[in-house]
Amino acid sequence: MSNLELKVKVWRGAQEGEFVEYLVPRNPNQTVLDVVTYIQRKLDPTLSYRFACRVGMCGSCAMTVNGVARWTCRTHVSQIVEGDALEIAPLNNLPVIKDLTTDMREFFNKWKGAVGFFKGDKTRHDDFARVEPESTERQLANAGIECIGCAVCYASCEVVESRPNYLGPAALNRAWTLTNDVRDVQQLDRLRAVAGDEGCHACHTQGSCTEFCPKKLEPTAGIAGLKKLVARAAVRGSKWGKL
Amino acid sequence: MSQGVLQAKLWYAQRISAMVLGICVSIHLVIIFYAIRGGLTAEEILGRTQGNIAFAIFYEIFVLACFVHAPIGLVNILEETFSNKFLSQSLSWLLAALILVLGSTAVLGVYTGGNI
Repeated sequence: MSNLELKVKVWRGAQEGEFVEYLVPRNPNQTVLDVVTYIQRKLDPTLSYRFACRVGMCGSCAMTVNGVARWTCRTHVSQIVEGDALEIAPLNNLPVIKDLTTDMREFFNKWKGAVGFFKGDKTRHDDFARVEPESTERQLANAGIECIGCAVCYASCEVVESRPNYLGPAALNRAWTLTNDVRDVQQLDRLRAVAGDEGCHACHTQGSCTEFCPKKLEPTAGIAGLKKLVARAAVRGSKWGKL
Repeated sequence: MSQGVLQAKLWYAQRISAMVLGICVSIHLVIIFYAIRGGLTAEEILGRTQGNIAFAIFYEIFVLACFVHAPIGLVNILEETFSNKFLSQSLSWLLAALILVLGSTAVLGVYTGGNI
């Protein structure tokens, strides 16, 4: 039977709870999201989980699978199954609402806290801003811009675990992308927001975010960029002024 | 000074002191290899260091780099482990004072040979 069925342990409950085992038929090209969907539709309709696009664009289906945070819609069971066993839990470092669903408010509030949003000074009556595709800033922004907000990096980060107020890799990656956006007008505010104990200098450069990012982004590199930029702005000043 | 600016400056200080430490540790290792060729006695060490101002300056720079570098790292580790700012900062200041006082005393000791 071991080749035909998967033994899937799924977290049931909220912060407190337990793993419940389900037997799920094994199919070729089956993703972890397929497994969770099977359980909810065929075995236990009370199972809660979150997904939307199923094609790796929306960032809503991330879970901890066999101990590692992953996007479940693009993770094939064959890539990670250990014998015939899977263990599926909610993401780490986020409060659990129910079963596999976490409360993402803190995660997205930290994006706001890192001034991770764009603000320009042009109106619809102005001409388009011209940004050279080959310019250094544009290239640096490109490197981090494809983040889908899945929180895999945040759940994998040891610093978030030990410093709950730490902004985290996703928010800092977004901040770094925006510091390289030549149209943005809130650069000093952003540098102030990402400096300090809860910002970029708390990062240990351990690289879990980069290792587990499903989009193969490198938040560690962005955070290193922020560290240099903030330190220089604090000591010598930056092109936007001194901190 | 805001918390952010202070952290940024401490980060800079730790990076620069790490660079100094890298050089100091390399030179120190070479000196150790050189020094133990003919055995290791207090007499021999003092013969080399006593009255040698270059040795004294080099090791005092080493001590100062440790004085800057180690407490900044320790305060971060303690804060993440115990989530207590006062405790972390107190212990780190204590470590800083110990490194500076004990290190400088040792440098003075090998420079003067204990004859102040």
